[in-house]
Parts: sequence; C-alpha cells; structure tokens
Amino acid sequence: MESINESKQKKILLQGNEAIVAGALAAGCRFFAGYPITPASEISEILSVKLPEVGGTFIQMEDEIASMGAVIGASLAGVKAMTATSGPGFSLIQENLGYGCIAEVPCVIINVMRGGPSTGLPTSPSQGDVQMARWGTHGDHPIIVLAVSSVADCFSVTIKAFNLSEKYRIPVIILSDEVVAHTRESVTLPKQGQIRIFDRVKPDVPPEWYKPYADNNRGVPDMAAFGDGYRHHVTGLVHDEKGFPTQDAQEIDKFLRRIHTKVSKGFQDIQITKTHLMEDAEVCVIAYGSVARSALRAVRDARKLGVKAGLVQLVTLFPFPRKAVDTYLRQCRVAIVPEMNLGQMSREIGRVNQAGCRIVKHNRIDGQLITPEEILKHITTV
Amino acid sequence: MLERAEIIRKEYLRHDKKFPHVWCPGCGNGIIMGALLRAVHSLGLDKDEVVLASGIGCSGRMPTYVDFNTIHTTHGRALTFSTGIKLAKPGLTVMTVMGDGDSTAIGGNHFIHAARRNLNLTAIIINNSTYGMTGGQYSPTTPYGSKSTTSVYGHVEHAFSIAELAATAGASFVARSTVYHATHMEEMLKKGIEKRGFSVIEIISNCHVQHGRRNKLGGAVEMISGFKQRSVTVEKATKMSDDELEGKITIGVLADVEKPVSTEEYQRIVKEAKHKAEIITKAKEKNGVKRYEE
Repeated sequence: MESINESKQKKILLQGNEAIVAGALAAGCRFFAGYPITPASEISEILSVKLPEVGGTFIQMEDEIASMGAVIGASLAGVKAMTATSGPGFSLIQENLGYGCIAEVPCVIINVMRGGPSTGLPTSPSQGDVQMARWGTHGDHPIIVLAVSSVADCFSVTIKAFNLSEKYRIPVIILSDEVVAHTRESVTLPKQGQIRIFDRVKPDVPPEWYKPYADNNRGVPDMAAFGDGYRHHVTGLVHDEKGFPTQDAQEIDKFLRRIHTKVSKGFQDIQITKTHLMEDAEVCVIAYGSVARSALRAVRDARKLGVKAGLVQLVTLFPFPRKAVDTYLRQCRVAIVPEMNLGQMSREIGRVNQAGCRIVKHNRIDGQLITPEEILKHITTV
Repeated sequence: MLERAEIIRKEYLRHDKKFPHVWCPGCGNGIIMGALLRAVHSLGLDKDEVVLASGIGCSGRMPTYVDFNTIHTTHGRALTFSTGIKLAKPGLTVMTVMGDGDSTAIGGNHFIHAARRNLNLTAIIINNSTYGMTGGQYSPTTPYGSKSTTSVYGHVEHAFSIAELAATAGASFVARSTVYHATHMEEMLKKGIEKRGFSVIEIISNCHVQHGRRNKLGGAVEMISGFKQRSVTVEKATKMSDDELEGKITIGVLADVEKPVSTEEYQRIVKEAKHKAEIITKAKEKNGVKRYEE
C-alpha cells in the first residue's frame, strides 16, 4: 500500500464511512454525486459539507443512474469523482458503469454492501455483491474491485482506488459492508504530504495530433479533459483511436483487447493481498472485508492452540489475485473460505486451485457477521 | 450567406472519416445540426469551451460530426453527464441534444429533474414522434391513433407535450420550433444558449421513413410542408380557441422566466465554504494544531 509514516500523528476516532470520505478527499476527489441509501448515506452527508470547503462539488441526483452519469461527466471534465451506494443503487449504477469501462473514464464507486436480493436487509452486512461487482454491467469489460475490512483500510484503500482509476483510466469499485461502514475505530491518518497521489496523464502533443484512444507503451491513452483545448469525441460505442465509432473488425478487436490487457499488464500494482502468520501455515483462511477481521482473530487463537494457521486477506478481489492465491494453496493442505454469501469468492479460489488443496466453505446469509469462533471451529477440525 | 455556410462547413464539421452521416435522406436532423452550428457561430463561442452531449438514437449521432468537445452517452442519460460536466467546469457552454423517446421516456426522470434543478444547461429536443433508429416503435410523443411498429392497430395512449412538460417542471426558458422554420429555429437556439438557467428548445422534426410512411403523411417534403401549414406563433395562439388550436404546432418562446441558477448558487456556496475553511486552517496552524480530519 501507500508508504505511510505514522509517527507524530494523533489518533482519531472515525467510522468506516467517514474514513472513506477522508481517503477520497486526500486522494483529490473533488466531485461527488449520489442518492440517499442505507448504509452508505453518511458518505453523501459528510461530503456535502466537506467538498465545498476544498472547492469541490456535491450533488444529490434523482437516482443512482443519474449519479453515475454525473460522476463520469465530471471526470471527463478533468475532476476526480466518485459515488457511493448500496445494493439496490449498485444495480442502478451498472448501466453507466459500463460506459465508464468502454470510454475509459477514471472514477470510484463505493458499494457499502447490505443483505439482498432486492431491498433485502438494509441495515445488515453482506458480501452478496462480489460477483455483481465483477460482472454487473453487460458485455466483456475490465474492472477493478477492492475490499475494505477496517476503518484504516477505508482510508488507504480509497486512496489506492483513486490512484488505480487514474493510472489505468478505469472505474474502480470498493466493496465495503455495513459492519465496516458503521464501526468506529481509532486510527492514525497520515499527513497529506506523506500520501502518494497519482493523477491521470494528460496529453502534451499539439491538439491536432491528439488521439484520445491511441495505444502507447502503458496501454493507457493520455487523457485530455473537456475544455483543455483538445476537442475530442467520447462515446459508448466501440471506437477507433480517435474516439469515433468503428465497425472494422480489426479495430474492434484491438480496442477491446487493449482495455482488458491494460489491467492484466498492471497486475503487480493492482492485485493486493495481505498475509498474517502465513510463513509456516498449514491451514489458511482466505477472507476479505469485515470477515477478514474475524478470520484474523481465529487464526491467532488457533496458533495459541498449536495449529499452524494463517490468514490470506484479499484486498483486490478482481482482477483475481490468481498468482498469490495459487502460492498459498500449494503451501497449505486446507483453505477455509468464510463469506457472508453462498460462496461467491470460494468459486474464484476453486478455479485457480491447481494444487488440489482442500477448500472448505463457510457461508452465512442471515445478516450476521461471521464470528471468530465459527472460523476457529473449522481450523481446529479440518 | 454562402460565405457563412462555407465557414460553418469548414470550421464546425469534423472532416476526418466522419461523413457520410447515418441519417436518412430528407431527415430533419441535418437541418437542426446546421441551425445549431449557425447559432453557436453567431454567438461567437469558442469551440474549445463548447460541449455537445447526446443520448442514443438518430439524434445521438449528432455530436460525432461537429468539432466541439463531444460526448455520445447512454440512452436517456445525456443530461446526467451534462450535469457532471457543467458542475465540474462551470465555464463551459454545455448543450445536450436528445430525441423524444430519449428525453421523455427512458430519460423522463432526468429531464424533469434537470428542469427543476435549473443548472445553466441547454437541452435541444428533436421530436419526430417515433423511435426512428430502432424501426419506428411508438414513443411518448406518438399521436393518439397513430400507427407504429408496436401500435399497428392504432395508438391508444396520449402524447406528451414536451415544451409544456419542461415549463411545468421549472425550466427557465422553453421554446418550440420546427425543421421548416430553420431561421426561427436558429433564433430560438441562440436565445436558449444565451439564457442563464435550464433552457429547452423542442424542435418538431420529420421521420418520414418510420412515422410518416406508416401514417400516410407523405415523404420529407410533404411532412415538412405540413409543419409550415400547422404552425402558429405563440402570439397568434393566445388569440385562438382550444378547438382552433387542435392539431396546430405553437412555435416561439413559450416560457422565459428569471430565477436563481443553481450552478451559480452553488459556486457562491463553494466560495464561502472555502473561505471559511481557509480561515479555520490558518487559525489552527497558528495555534500549532494540525489535524487532518477537521
């Protein structure tokens, strides 16, 4: 993650949603559009106060479709932008999220997961939107999905999300959940000067040479903003390197492959996992989000009982950190995957499990957080 | 006149790979695009400072051909993208071109809220009474009794009046014109672009290929001549009875009101909030307290 020097900084008490706001502002977010929804509303409320103070803009739109449209519009005008929502609103943002993917518009979407489907469990945590975050909008599309498990994560992962979205010109989704969003923890936030910020690369060629979707060695085209003097066209149709619609099979293939490979090329940067006590682990727990915290406690307790257990915490869910997970599956005889859904991530883990490691699923969909005891029971009995 | 046409062609159209356009021969979209470019030209706007957004459908292709900052968004959502662009860079002149289905069916919610919100935006609505690109299905402005590919027995629903809808929803400026009245249309567009606040210019256009053919309204020439015959000015219309106005197209400025523009209101809030925050930060620095979250 970002290099953070924590010395001499005061501890403060923050809620997960508040920390996301702090992270967004530190990352340079200056535009927010959203629609009220539990359990994400605090993000809107706080940003409506904070954004004007830093010269930014807050707007409450008529729905989440409109919020996502406004976020993309603001980003195209050169301003870092984000929205925050929960399950039902996450369904609505999918339409314009796809636009963000094809038009390569940097932006961040916070989904504070609650129980579903439909109106579901508005005030209970869930991890039911994991596969939707990957595949929610239609068509083959690239996407980056990150998960937060603590208040400190909410701050640093939000900064990471903005940095990745700017670097790769791609919408980045952060999956939080009701537990992380509303838990208050004391954290130490770094000073602004200690945070590494990445801004989109702007063109430096004369406007008449500018091709808004031309490939380069990064696989990520330079991005001019509307009003910068680089008049160009943006469309949700598959387009050529000038941004105009194309029907040419070669151009279509080249374009669509580029927007996928730019993400796979950057996997070292994008795919983040954290490990705890994994050096000599024989049993590993693979978890993400608030469940990773229960898992960490379970793993520590298991060590006290003499079981060589470790935790692999997935910060990046997609693109799935295949290489890292594969390494741990080869190392361990059992991998326990606790999730507040019916196995959305264990399916991904199963797909990369070439070593034949035994995978034990533990799933809860009753709106309750998975406890350390439940995980510990698996660790000690497998 | 010819000189101006040459300037418009050279300066405002994109010539690299973009023509021929996708519109059918006789389509009103080209007339509207021409009037829009003439309006922008005569207002002396800097092309770098102009944004043209569109949704989906035949009208959605217009931004592709013109040399501004252009964006072809998703169906019905163009105004939401325009809202983000305008708020992020209030100095830009942001225009949004939409069709009748685009603006009042799938985008109906965004349309009324954009009017209510009263940002400084211009919406140009091409009303041809049908979904032309998808094959002539009925739209929210298809007249009662008309035939379309999804109302072959005759349409049983009633049409929206887009201009009146916009005015009721709170738009600062509302005007209507037709593709017959090219000069009038240009004037209305100019007024709409110049107006501070949300402005709507509804332009009645012809889709002889889909709507005209199925309803025996003739080709492009007959349909456009029909607009000429059926049009009455707002001034005349006020002296006519409802019966006399049946089937007529009222053209001209239908609403022009002065009220606070939310883009400008919000800029004022930002200025004040920023100023206040700076004073607090300075005071804290002076007292040696420097914490991020406050």
